[in-house]
Amino acid sequence: MHGANPLFRMEGVSKRYGGVRALDHAELTVHAGQIHGILGENGAGKSTLIKIMSGVVAPDEGRMTLDGKEVSFASPAAANDAGIACIFQELSLVPHLSVADNIVISNPPKRFGMIDRKKQRAIAEEALARAGAADIHPLALVRDLPLSRRQMVEIAKALARKPRILILDEATSALTAADVSKIFAVLKRLREEGLALLYISHRMHEIAELADVCTVFRNGSNVATYEAGTKSDNEVVELMIGREYTNVFPPKAPVAASDNPPVIECRRLSWADQLKDISFSVRAGEVVGLGGLDGQGQRDLLLALFGVLRGVGGEVLIEGKPVRIRGPRQAKGDEIGMALIPEDRKTEGLLLPMSVRDNLSFAALDRVARAGVIDRAAERSRIDEMIRLLAIKTAGTDIPAGALSGGNQQKIVIAKWLMNRPRIILLNDPTRGIDVGTKQEIYQLLRKLAADGAAIIFYSTDYDELIGCCDRVLVMYDGGIRRELAGDGITEHALIASALNVEEDSMAEAVGA
Amino acid sequence: MKDWKYWLAEQRGTLLAFVTFIVMFAIYVSNHPAGFTANVVQTAANKGVLLAFVAMAQALVVITAGIDLSVGMIFILTNCLASWIVVGTPLETALGIVGVLLAGLACGAANGLIVIYGRLQPIVTTIATGAIYFGIALLLRPFPGGGVNEDLADFLTGKIWGVIPVSLIVLLVVILVVWVPFSRSVMGRTAYATGSSEAAAYMSAMPIRRAKFLTYTLAGLLAGIGGLFLTFFTYTGEAALASGNAYTLFSIAAVVLGGVSLYGGTGSAIGAVFGALTFRAIGDLLFVFDLDPLWQPLFQGVVLLIAVSLGAFGLLRVRNKLDWFA
Repeated sequence: MHGANPLFRMEGVSKRYGGVRALDHAELTVHAGQIHGILGENGAGKSTLIKIMSGVVAPDEGRMTLDGKEVSFASPAAANDAGIACIFQELSLVPHLSVADNIVISNPPKRFGMIDRKKQRAIAEEALARAGAADIHPLALVRDLPLSRRQMVEIAKALARKPRILILDEATSALTAADVSKIFAVLKRLREEGLALLYISHRMHEIAELADVCTVFRNGSNVATYEAGTKSDNEVVELMIGREYTNVFPPKAPVAASDNPPVIECRRLSWADQLKDISFSVRAGEVVGLGGLDGQGQRDLLLALFGVLRGVGGEVLIEGKPVRIRGPRQAKGDEIGMALIPEDRKTEGLLLPMSVRDNLSFAALDRVARAGVIDRAAERSRIDEMIRLLAIKTAGTDIPAGALSGGNQQKIVIAKWLMNRPRIILLNDPTRGIDVGTKQEIYQLLRKLAADGAAIIFYSTDYDELIGCCDRVLVMYDGGIRRELAGDGITEHALIASALNVEEDSMAEAVGA
Repeated sequence: MKDWKYWLAEQRGTLLAFVTFIVMFAIYVSNHPAGFTANVVQTAANKGVLLAFVAMAQALVVITAGIDLSVGMIFILTNCLASWIVVGTPLETALGIVGVLLAGLACGAANGLIVIYGRLQPIVTTIATGAIYFGIALLLRPFPGGGVNEDLADFLTGKIWGVIPVSLIVLLVVILVVWVPFSRSVMGRTAYATGSSEAAAYMSAMPIRRAKFLTYTLAGLLAGIGGLFLTFFTYTGEAALASGNAYTLFSIAAVVLGGVSLYGGTGSAIGAVFGALTFRAIGDLLFVFDLDPLWQPLFQGVVLLIAVSLGAFGLLRVRNKLDWFA
C-alpha cells in the first residue's frame, strides 16, 4: 500500500539478556505519515525493540537504516539527534524542575552561556500548545502536577525536539479519558504533518482507532504485519498466542480444595487510583494466580494485603475475622501468618553481603530466640530443614548470599519466609530471571505447600506458569479484577483475551466487522 | 498573570529563610544594648559571612544530593595557607590571594574526581579528604601564627561610607559572580536535575558528571574564600580541628535552615546564606538576653531539630510505605 521508500527499517535485529532471547531477528518497517501499532503479550520483545530504536540498549546483531542510510545509536542522545524521540512508560521528567525546564532539558536555548529563560518559555509554550496541553503553566513544578498532566508534559517534551519518528510506549496508561481523546487528536495531526508514529499499547480499541498498520510480536520476533482493520480481535489474539509449551508443572490437586473455608477474603479493596473494588477469597490448599498484563495493579494488590500501602479501603478477613494489617511485622505475626516473596530479590528480599544463615533467619528471629537471645541450636536445625526442603545449593551457611546463583538466591528468599510456617503466601513474579530447573523446583514447592494447607496467591507475568500452576486465575485490568478463570477454563486464549479486555464472546462476531 | 505565584512557590525555601533571618535579626538588634547601629551590624556581618561562604559551598553539593564533609577543613587549610602567602606588597598579596583560591579550587576538584570517577560515596570520600586537608593545614601551621596584609584585612572587615560592612559587599559580589551564573547555566540545571532524579537526568542525556564535578570544585573555591576571610578577621593562621569540624556541621545546619533539601534538587545557595546568617543570629540571641553561653549549643540544636522536622512533613503524605526508603 505504500510505494514510497520507508523512513526507518530494522532488519535481523537480535538481543539477548543473559540466557534469555528478548529479540530474535526482528524486522520492522516504518513509513512517514503513518501510525504504526505494535502488539504483543508480556515479554514478546516490544520493550526491547523500542529500547534499541531509541538508543537505550545496543543490539547484538542486525542493522537499522534511516532514510536508506545505515545508523546505530550509542546513546539516547544519538537517537534524539537522528530524530527519534521516545516517550517511555516510566516517566523521564525531573520532579523538582519546572515544566519549561523539563521540556527544553536536553538542549536549552542559551544566551551569553546562560540559559535564555524567555526563549525557553516560548519554546515550552509552543510545545505544550502542540501537545494540546496549553492549560499547563510552563512555570509549574512537575512534582506538583498529577500523573496525567505529567504525561502530557512528557509528550510536549518529545515534540520540542522536533522528531521525525515518535515512539509512544503505553503512553496513555496513566491518562484520563478526556486526555486520551486530546492526545489522539494531536497524534492524528502529527501524522498529517508527516511524522512516523510508533504506538505501543495493550488497549486494543486504541490501536483500532489510531493505527494505519499493525505489527504483532511473539517470542521476540515479528509474526505478522497487516493493515489496520483487516483482522478481527480474535485473529489478533491468535497471532499473539503460540509460545512453546513444555510441561514442567506438577499435577494440580485432584480435588480443588473447594470444601475448605476461605483462609483469606477481600471485600471491595481499593487504593488510590491503582486498585478498584477488588473482592475474592482463597481457600487453604488453593493456588490462585494473578494474571493480566504487567502493571495492572497486581503488585499493588500484594503490597496492600501485606500492609505496605496506606489508605487502603475495603475489608480483609482472615479465617472469617476482619483484620487491619498495618505493616509487614503484623502481617507475618501469628494471627495472620502471611509471607510475601518480593519480586526484586536484590533490594527487598535479600541482604546480599550477609551470610546465607543470617538471611534465612532474619524474618524468623522471633521464633528461634528465647528472651531476645538467639538460640543457635534451634536456628541451625530450622535452617538445615529449609536448605533440604528447597534443595539450596550452597557451600555452607556462612558464605554471603550474593555469592550464590540467581536461582539459589530466589530459593533463599522463599525459604526465609517459610521459616515462619506461613498460612498465606503471596508471591510477586518469583520466577523472573531464573533458570528452568529452579523454576520447576519452585512449582513443585508451591504445590507441596498448598497440599500442606497453605493458601497461595501467585502473581506471574508468565502465562504458562499461570496455566500450569494455578487452580484459579484472577485476570486484572486497570486496577480491577476483569475475569476469573478456573480449572480447564485457564487457557492461553482466555488469559490473553481477558488481559486485553476484549470480550471473548463478541470476538467471534467481530470477525470481518 | 499568576507567574509570580509559581516564582513564589519555587523560591519558597529561600524566602522562608530570608524572613526567618529578618525576624531573628530584628529580635537580636532590638534587644542589643547598643541598638541598631553600624557597629552592631558590622560585627554580626563579619561573624555571619564566614559561615555564609562555607554554607554556600555545602549548598552547591547538597543540591546534587551529595554532601561535602570536608568544607570545614578546606576552610581551615586555606586559612593556614593565607597566613603564609597573603602578605607583603600589594602585588604579592594579590598573588597570594590567587594562590589561596586556587588551593580551595584544587581541594574541591580532588573531592569531585574521587566521588565521580572513583565512584565512592561522597560522605566517606569527604571525611577522608577532609582529614588529609587538615593534615596539610597542620604541617603548614603546627602552631598558630603567621600574618596577613593588615591594610587589606582592615578594609575588608571594615565599613564603607561608615555604614555598609565591606564583608557583606564581598559576599554579594561572590553570589553574583559565582552563584547566579552557575544557577542559570546548563551545568546548574543539571545539578538540580541530578539531585531531583538522577535517572531522569540520565535519560534526558544531561551532562551529569561534569555538573557534579563543577559543584564540588566550586564548593572548594567558596570554602577557600571563607578561609581567606577567616585570616582577614583573625590576622593569623591556625589549624584548629574543633573549628573545622564545627564549620562543617554548621554548614549543613545552615543549608537545612536555608531551605535546601538534603535529598537534593531544591533550594538555593542564597537560601543557604540566609540560613547561615540565621544560625549565627540564633547563637547571638542568647548573648543579648544575658543567658549563660553554655546554653548556646543546646539552643542551636533545638532550633535545628525544629527546622529539620518542618522538612519532614512531606513524609506524612506518603501512601506506599516503601517510598519512605526510596
